[in-house]
Amino acid sequence: MDILTMKPRRQFLLTGMLGAMGHGPLHAAEDRTGGDPLGSPQWPSLRAQYLTDAPMRFTDAIAVYTPAFADDAMNVPLQIDARALSATGGGVRRMRVLVDRNPIREVLSFEPLRALPMLSLRIRLEQASPVRALVQTADGQWHVGGVWAQAAGGGCTVPGASRADGSWKSTLNQVQARFFPNPVVGSRRLRVRVMHPMDTGLVASIPAFYIEQLELADTSGQAWWRLALHEPVSENPLLTFELPPEGPRAFRLQGRDNNGNRIDAEVRA
Amino acid sequence: MKATAWMLLAALAATAQAQTAAPPAPRADVRTLDYGLQPRRIADGTWVIEGAVDDFSRANGCNIINTAFIATGEGVVVINTGPSRLYGEQQRRAIARVTAEPVRQVLNLDLHPDYFFGNQAWSDTPTQALAGTIAGMQAEGAAYEDNLYRLCGDWMRGTQATPAREPLQPHTLRLGRHVLELRRLQGHTGDDLVLIDTHTGVLFAGGLVFAERVPTTPHADPAAWLASLGTLEEWQAQGQFKTVVPSHGPVHDGTRGMAQTRDWLQWLTGLMRDSAEQGVDLSELMRMPIPARFAHWAAQPAEFNRSLAQWYPRYEQQALDRR
Repeated sequence: MDILTMKPRRQFLLTGMLGAMGHGPLHAAEDRTGGDPLGSPQWPSLRAQYLTDAPMRFTDAIAVYTPAFADDAMNVPLQIDARALSATGGGVRRMRVLVDRNPIREVLSFEPLRALPMLSLRIRLEQASPVRALVQTADGQWHVGGVWAQAAGGGCTVPGASRADGSWKSTLNQVQARFFPNPVVGSRRLRVRVMHPMDTGLVASIPAFYIEQLELADTSGQAWWRLALHEPVSENPLLTFELPPEGPRAFRLQGRDNNGNRIDAEVRA
Repeated sequence: MKATAWMLLAALAATAQAQTAAPPAPRADVRTLDYGLQPRRIADGTWVIEGAVDDFSRANGCNIINTAFIATGEGVVVINTGPSRLYGEQQRRAIARVTAEPVRQVLNLDLHPDYFFGNQAWSDTPTQALAGTIAGMQAEGAAYEDNLYRLCGDWMRGTQATPAREPLQPHTLRLGRHVLELRRLQGHTGDDLVLIDTHTGVLFAGGLVFAERVPTTPHADPAAWLASLGTLEEWQAQGQFKTVVPSHGPVHDGTRGMAQTRDWLQWLTGLMRDSAEQGVDLSELMRMPIPARFAHWAAQPAEFNRSLAQWYPRYEQQALDRR
């Protein structure tokens, strides 16, 4: 299967079109997007909040995939692939996922550590928006990639299925995990599901309730990846990681939600 | 150069005609909100009003459905009422241009919005559907409205979801020379009404058969759907009908649409089963190249992506459960 090597065409198109408009000398004075190739006026404030004065550049080297149109705004598939930066600036240190036009803009922060800099998950979208991956390499440089995601919207402000029917109580923080050999060349894929309502706090009378931290460690206590999650991650998160093909077969997944409930599960190949 | 382009266009047009033998899509006029509905006679007393073979869009007025009517000699039976109040009104006028017979009843073949949103224009006429269909229309009508107003804009002006009022049991309806077999199948939705006119040999297949268009699946059960296609193929082999009027796609003779719909459902469910077992993510599956035999169908890849979003998470969960 060769789908993972396909380049995101929409991203190039948008980058090309809007980049040309944004950088043209005639429009330079009017550019309120901070040179954002996605043409988003939210970008300057995102940059100030998350990157402050750190060096950054826009790049097509980070593949960000969303569907052309997301019919289910509560479960928008998102895949981020920064493997093209593996040999840049000492390799990927962390990636941060932001959605410009969500009421809560930060989706997650991922430290790949010994995993590949690639991640798949589902997110909530409140409306059509740029979805961005801010990737920092070990030399401190930030690389920013992204794509416009079109969506019917409303994903952040309606209760999820397990909240609506109350079933979340019987499954809270249960973990399922399975390894898959080689869907991506040179990777051992780990898919993890943690049962959690991931309430955004934006539905009346339902306070924010979400998983804050997850970490995969081997039996010697060595961490393989670390993840900080935020409210826009979809209910019952299904997270897909890429580990090197060779390595331990037994791990432990630990974490907690914002109410202090613990997540602790054995993960075995 | 110019001549070559013209020849190519002509050749393409000829090919398209030979393949579908269908008239051109209706010309919707966005400025006047005129759907340009043109009834086309396909059998004795039987007309279809063909929609665009496409996905919903403002350009086509969101008119992507084939509606139909049968002038039986003892009144007209209308099948499906289109995506909006405006459609229902224009459909009513289009029927009156063709026949002076009064309309005696309106049938909605399933619960999807373009099957019944024109019911508003038929408030003085019995509107009928299977009981489960009516329950679904009542439960989901408001959400359909939101979605269609968003997709179709002004075409939806003044439209309010108006579910069928009379529950219908499967039965045989004899009117004039026409013998209408109303039967209940399922799979595209929980309650799929099909109508066979044994006088003309026409099957009104509703959403169970798609032709040259990707099937829609928001309420579908693929196993039940495949079983219903088997039933339809049996009826066709017995000679109960020869012409198929699908709700989406060209009117055609024989098993073409049934075979296409079966092929798609089998391919899609097989793809999801195998992909989930290999650990493929939904995002990756949506970028899969679609086999050539499906790639030219209308509403591709939008409907493929919708079906994956609706169905694939179940397969992913099963793959985790199987560990």
